[in-house]
Amino acid sequence: MDPTFSADAQVQRLRQHIAATESQLTALKLQLQQAEQAAEIASYLNGAYQGGLAADWRDEICGALQYDTPRPLPEDTWQDGESGGPTSAKWTTDHVSQQRWPLQSEEYKRYGRQMIMPEIGLHGQLRLRSAKVLVVGVGGLGCPAAAYLAGAGVGTLGLMDGDTVEVSNLHRQIAHSSARVGSMKVDSAVEYLRSLNDCVNYESHPHHLTPEKAISTFEQYDLVLDCTDHPTSRYLISDACVLTGKPLVSASALKTEGQLIVLNNPARPPGDASGGPCYRCIFPKPPPAETVLSCGDGGILGPVVGVMGVLQALEAIKLLTAKLPPTDLDWAMDLAADEVPAPAELVRPTMLMFSAYSTPQFRSVRLRSRRAACAVCSTEATITRQNLTSGSLDYVAFCGVTTPIKALATTAQVTATQFSQLPTDGSNVLVDVRDETQYAICALRGSVNVPWTGNADTWLEEAIRVGAVAELGDGRDRYFVCRLGNDSQLAAKAVMDNVLEGRAKDIKGGFRAWREEVDPSWPDY
Amino acid sequence: MTGSIPIAVEFTGGLELLFSNQRKHQVALPASDAEGTPSTVGYLVKWLCENLIKDPRKEMFVLDDSVRPGILVLINDADWELEGEEKYELRANDEIVFVSTLHGG
Repeated sequence: MDPTFSADAQVQRLRQHIAATESQLTALKLQLQQAEQAAEIASYLNGAYQGGLAADWRDEICGALQYDTPRPLPEDTWQDGESGGPTSAKWTTDHVSQQRWPLQSEEYKRYGRQMIMPEIGLHGQLRLRSAKVLVVGVGGLGCPAAAYLAGAGVGTLGLMDGDTVEVSNLHRQIAHSSARVGSMKVDSAVEYLRSLNDCVNYESHPHHLTPEKAISTFEQYDLVLDCTDHPTSRYLISDACVLTGKPLVSASALKTEGQLIVLNNPARPPGDASGGPCYRCIFPKPPPAETVLSCGDGGILGPVVGVMGVLQALEAIKLLTAKLPPTDLDWAMDLAADEVPAPAELVRPTMLMFSAYSTPQFRSVRLRSRRAACAVCSTEATITRQNLTSGSLDYVAFCGVTTPIKALATTAQVTATQFSQLPTDGSNVLVDVRDETQYAICALRGSVNVPWTGNADTWLEEAIRVGAVAELGDGRDRYFVCRLGNDSQLAAKAVMDNVLEGRAKDIKGGFRAWREEVDPSWPDY
Repeated sequence: MTGSIPIAVEFTGGLELLFSNQRKHQVALPASDAEGTPSTVGYLVKWLCENLIKDPRKEMFVLDDSVRPGILVLINDADWELEGEEKYELRANDEIVFVSTLHGG
């Protein structure tokens, strides 16, 4: 063997050994530095809080300090330190202040008013800052909810909505603006929220929620707010929350009323009866599609839906800043020590109901716990991550769809244009079947208002009673109109079937068609 | 006939439209049904369909002999599923609320 080669190899080996040992030493020095920092932080905290900081929070806050503070690399630490060793590292004043306080000075100012309350405190603010919340639906509920969550300093706020801003949204959807009509709601809301609080990381999801994407999206968040407006999305969001283990704050509103439920809280795996109920536990079957009324059809008072959205933000903040529930180990130790957890610790599922014109306006009712045969959160669950993500679950079919009413043959309908050309000589009668409130907003002169009652017999009785329809016929044609052309067909059919065969006609498309075809100035409410 | 029991009935979430657009009703419910069985919430639902509902669209309230899906029944501020559902035997001055779930947002 070549002795030169052997010596070279030995040199090589020794170099490698020294490099490895140096790297180990560096790692040890870094660990020592971190341990010293932690000790220093603990002493700062002890000094700063004089024991006011609950022991439970200390580790968490120390964790936040270490996580957020940019730490100099080991080389930087002792590159100019002749005395050697990390203990001699000199921190700049800035650095010390950053080290000392877990929040930036701007954050103390911004969040101080909520932080000085024991319910939030420093630990709560740190919790909020590390939280990731997803708001599904950026409308009447989502706008105020997102605004308060952003204001409170939630670290990451995801916004999901596939709609664009319309003028008719603006009386209640406070994050949007007249200038942003036509923009994606998500973009509009992010613009508003950034101007409110730029410290928050906003994540845009400018599309509607789909079963295929629900799991992968929800997994990126700690908590979900259901701010949508249809049973289809409510079941989907609840299912995805159960399957990803996220608590869900769900609210809804219509006309002058609202409802709020915190679901899947505590979020436990399917089959664990100690978890909170999901939407399916409370409502195993969806309502018939024809009983589901949207804000566009039923109406909505801005502050009513606003109250519900604000309450969602409140519940979200309460959940995020709550003291951690005892771990299984704690429970075991408690039980060993013969200690029964206080009943107050248990989460009792409730629904909060708000009714603006009732006394009292708020009422909280007790709900059931998880349903033993629930399709998603029980041991008998049939809904799984796999069949949700594969798209094999049809939520639209599950909830049913309403098809546009087609009660009449085309021959029994006239267009708005045709109606506008009829003589106004008293040879025909226009019956407007919208409700009194809409009739009072705008009506055609000479029309008779007989609001559709939802039932042919009762409506016809009323129409005859007020003289809008003659029981035996009076030689005049009847034309029926409503807002969009659905109820008017049912009214025309009731008259045709029972009284005036061939002399009852429906104005196709109602007043919407009237505005589009005949009178552009007709109010578009 | 064993007399009647006073029950407070309330409709919300739009259901009041089926009941003369009136939310709160004080009803005097027969204390027992035809067979002499004490009145239950199930009996109350039938009784409301026969005596109190003004709208002909009864299917908006009851479907297949049961309260339709999407309506929560509350017995003294608790989901009726905590109280035995329709088998719950009514007591004087019980408060029964029928809530239609809302979906708007």
